[in-house]
Amino acid sequence: MLHLSILLWLPLAVGLLGLLAPKRAARWVALVGGLLAVALSVAFVLDFDSGSGLLQHVTSDAWIEAFGVRYDLALTGLNVWLILLTTVGFAFATGWLATTDDGRGDRARQLFLHFGIAQTAVIGALLSQDVILFIAFFDLMLIPFFFLTVMFGNGDRVPAVIKMVVYTLVGSLLMLVAAVAIGVLSTPDGQPISFSIQTIAERGVPEGSQGWLFACFAAAFLVKMPSFPFHGWLADGYKAMPLPVLAVFSGVLSKVAAYGFLLIALPLLPEGVADLRWVVLIMAVISILYGSLIALTTTNARLVLAYSSVAQLGFITLGVFSLRTDGATGALLQSVNHGVAVFGAFLAVAILSQRAGGSEDLRDMGGIATKAPIFAVFFVIVTYAVLALPGTANFLGEILILRGLWEGPSVALAVVASLGIALAAVYALRLFILSSHNRVGPQAEPREASKAQLALLAVPVVLIIALAIHPQQTIRAADAAATQAVYPAAAVVDPVAAEQMAQEAARYRNCTGWSCFRSAPPAASDGAEVPGGTGGVPPEDIAIDPSTGQPVAPQGAAPDQGAAGEGEEIVIDENGEVVGDDEEMVIEEDAQTIEGTNR
Amino acid sequence: MIALAAAKAPEIDWAGLSPLLALLGGSVVVLMVGLMRSRAARHGIVPALTLAFFAAAIGLAIWQWDERGTLMSEALALDPLYLFGIVGVAVAGVMAVFLSFGAAAPREASHGEYHALLLVAAGGMVVFAGAQNLITAFLGLELLSIPLYILAASELHRRRSLESGMKYLIVGSVGSATLLYGFAMIFGATGTTDYAGIAAAISRDGLANDPLLMGGVAFAIVGLAFKASVAPFHQWTPDVYEGAPTPVTAFMATATKVATLIAMIRLFDVALPGASHVWGPLLAILAAIAMIVGNVGALGQESMKRMLAFSSVAQAGYMLVGVVVGTQLGAEATVFYVLAYVVMTAAAFAVIDASERETGHDGGQGLVGLGQRRPLHAAAISVALLGLAGLPGTVGFVAKLRLVQSGVDGGYTWLMIILVIGSMISFVYYLGVLARVWSTSEQTDLVAGAAGGPVGAAGPVATDLGAAAVPADRQTSVRTPWTTTVVALVAGVAVVVLGIIPGPLMNAVEAVRDSLPGIF
Repeated sequence: MLHLSILLWLPLAVGLLGLLAPKRAARWVALVGGLLAVALSVAFVLDFDSGSGLLQHVTSDAWIEAFGVRYDLALTGLNVWLILLTTVGFAFATGWLATTDDGRGDRARQLFLHFGIAQTAVIGALLSQDVILFIAFFDLMLIPFFFLTVMFGNGDRVPAVIKMVVYTLVGSLLMLVAAVAIGVLSTPDGQPISFSIQTIAERGVPEGSQGWLFACFAAAFLVKMPSFPFHGWLADGYKAMPLPVLAVFSGVLSKVAAYGFLLIALPLLPEGVADLRWVVLIMAVISILYGSLIALTTTNARLVLAYSSVAQLGFITLGVFSLRTDGATGALLQSVNHGVAVFGAFLAVAILSQRAGGSEDLRDMGGIATKAPIFAVFFVIVTYAVLALPGTANFLGEILILRGLWEGPSVALAVVASLGIALAAVYALRLFILSSHNRVGPQAEPREASKAQLALLAVPVVLIIALAIHPQQTIRAADAAATQAVYPAAAVVDPVAAEQMAQEAARYRNCTGWSCFRSAPPAASDGAEVPGGTGGVPPEDIAIDPSTGQPVAPQGAAPDQGAAGEGEEIVIDENGEVVGDDEEMVIEEDAQTIEGTNR
Repeated sequence: MIALAAAKAPEIDWAGLSPLLALLGGSVVVLMVGLMRSRAARHGIVPALTLAFFAAAIGLAIWQWDERGTLMSEALALDPLYLFGIVGVAVAGVMAVFLSFGAAAPREASHGEYHALLLVAAGGMVVFAGAQNLITAFLGLELLSIPLYILAASELHRRRSLESGMKYLIVGSVGSATLLYGFAMIFGATGTTDYAGIAAAISRDGLANDPLLMGGVAFAIVGLAFKASVAPFHQWTPDVYEGAPTPVTAFMATATKVATLIAMIRLFDVALPGASHVWGPLLAILAAIAMIVGNVGALGQESMKRMLAFSSVAQAGYMLVGVVVGTQLGAEATVFYVLAYVVMTAAAFAVIDASERETGHDGGQGLVGLGQRRPLHAAAISVALLGLAGLPGTVGFVAKLRLVQSGVDGGYTWLMIILVIGSMISFVYYLGVLARVWSTSEQTDLVAGAAGGPVGAAGPVATDLGAAAVPADRQTSVRTPWTTTVVALVAGVAVVVLGIIPGPLMNAVEAVRDSLPGIF
């Protein structure tokens, strides 16, 4: 009954429906639609089977048959939580917009229509399992923000937003050429061309071209995040957008770029990744330091958050390119965390600026918390999330990323990156203290936030607390898929280490809670209990056929799609060397361990 | 006693010729009807008849869809390229007639003559697209060009229109003459004017590197580049597009491209595949120049028609990619792109025509606040321009994708990089227009000042805008006829629908491969 197509097209349908509604009702239509989408995505998350690394809820239809582009959607460990983040974020922003003048004004219907188009495009990019379909949605998701900024933004917005679109498009269009080239190059003679990610992974892309192909993909994703040195569009673009729109833009869209790396660039272009990995790692580290330094010196509250996003996305990039399971799962967890924190942070800035005479300059604010205790509590929780206070899920994410860096590329990189964590504490607390504590600023009029605003702000706060208490489900969901994503490139860089990593990752599927962080494999009895977590079958119930490593009786997983899904296949010979170019992993010996545990 | 010898008449495939006859015969009928004195006849029956003949041409082409063969002793080919040419040209013709309702040009140049010239030009385009013979191709070229020269000048009381007609005549004649020199040299080298015969002669006599043939090919490329407005032979395009009456510009921009690109596909892929190592790189360089010059040139334009003129230069560059690679896939990609281009340009010109009628000029200022005044028009032009830029969800994206695929497949990846760079530049000026359309009138100063960088001189229309001056010397009529809105809406919807469901059209275009058996 649960079809991904429903989730994908629902926001667009709601947006179009809203065009027919009377102006006053447009925001309610949009709000109901947003909440419906959230409910649907929660249903998908609950239905997700963390134990299997297969694609789930697969939808596969032809789209442009003549060209080999298919309408392939699937839910995987990589995107399931990002989908939830997207729907929650858009619903949150819709609720926020419903309280503003724009959401009630003459052009409210167009506002919510563009929001609907944007949400459909983002969900499409996250669900897509076909390279060209992904790029289509990736390019599409930018344009509604153009219209939203032109119609509802601030200041000198047209040049700013055109600059943003063009910057992003340079990368995206290069990525399009690279994607077509990947499809063409990977097709053996006489066979029909296909852009399905799985098919291309099986066919393999010629090694010699992988370098420039990866560079094109990296260009697109690094500009989107943005990463130093492609952040030229950031300051003006962030200042031009209306805050609710910006919350979604910063919280959700940048994560699609990180996800794109894991979905396409790493699995399909392992040699390219191995060659250019250090370039990206250095750029990410510089982004962290540069972003943090600017965030802690600028006086514009929006720009503090903008540059802090640069820094946080730098962390996420480091996690992805550590080519370790820990790093990649940490990156995905951080994506979710940062998104949630950003929603709260931008709303807080909006509330603060309302109380500072409309100014977003920190020097005009100050002491606002003196008459707004509830708001201050919420804001401080959001601040703690931004700075990754131990206890929050952000801390966990950063630990995982640092661990991935430590075990992967270089210990020095982990040390330098952790400087970024220290700096995050500085700028996050600075933002909070300068705006909410100390003397009441010259323009500031402290008063409590309105009930609607508090209710809205409570949403990210509750999510932050929920994630802090129980982050496991996000990690477990992502684990198998993240390992599969990074394994091919990791195998190119260091086959033996990649091997070990794959084995450990398989073992961790049986562990629970903090036992997952022990180095030694947990005892057989530990594997027996599985807490609620996300619904779905406990992994140890899946019997593994020792000869192929394939699950014998896959439970709850969607049918295998096309040739050999992302399941377990033979890859390794005795020396730990990779046989063939596949990213499918998990090995006989490991299967026997699990089997031994099961029997 | 007089013995009458039986005349040996050539075999005439009337059915295959019927679309062409509909157009040419229709022009005679329309001309005659236009002589009638009653106003109703001239203002109503003439356009209706013209529409009927264009529709008949499309219908007859569809009727002949599965036929293969030749017409007129192998002068014209009856194959998918010819049939697509008919459909593309006739659709553009229908659009032009709709946009001409109530316009100044048919009134001033007399309805009968105006519409008859449209039909003759369309007929010439069909001949040009179907020609399998150098002489027939030239015939088609002249038959399509001369009416267009006259049509461009048809707003007799406007200086710019007369000027544009004159410019088009002079430059177009140079182009035609160059093409003829080229054809003459090709004939001299191969000894035949028939495309198949030329291909056979090249392979049989090993003429692949013959200097006379190379010279002929080069001249032919230059002549065709003039017609298709490929840089650096595009200098006439901005002035002529801006000066001519908007319905005529719309027709010129779309139908001429259909005919010329198909004619180029035939010439290069049927007659000259053996020499592809010469004309391939040459066309590729021309395409690259066109993409860059066209997109960069459009950046500073205040007049919408000039902007679309430069953008059409760039679009011609994109379309050339399919010809450059010399493969069946390339031919398919070009035909699909040119058909998509017709639809997108139709929507854009319809909205610009409406705005021009209401404000008296075609400057970008006239579009400010269109989102509030005329939301349907605003939506149509948004979709059209985003399609021309290549945004996913529109047919422009699918068409560009096909071109990129054919380019990468044909080994011209560097050209594809330039294509995407050009697309990226094009977003700047298209988005600039859209920013104006969707901002409110109060924000005009904001938008004008802000967009002053990318979109050229801003400010009230009345001030002197220098070289990009758009004189408000047209008569304004406040009411835009419903026909213009219909064109905008139908074309706009088609852009989106074809973008989401491109399958049927793509599968239909695949038939083009039947026309080009000699290449891969």
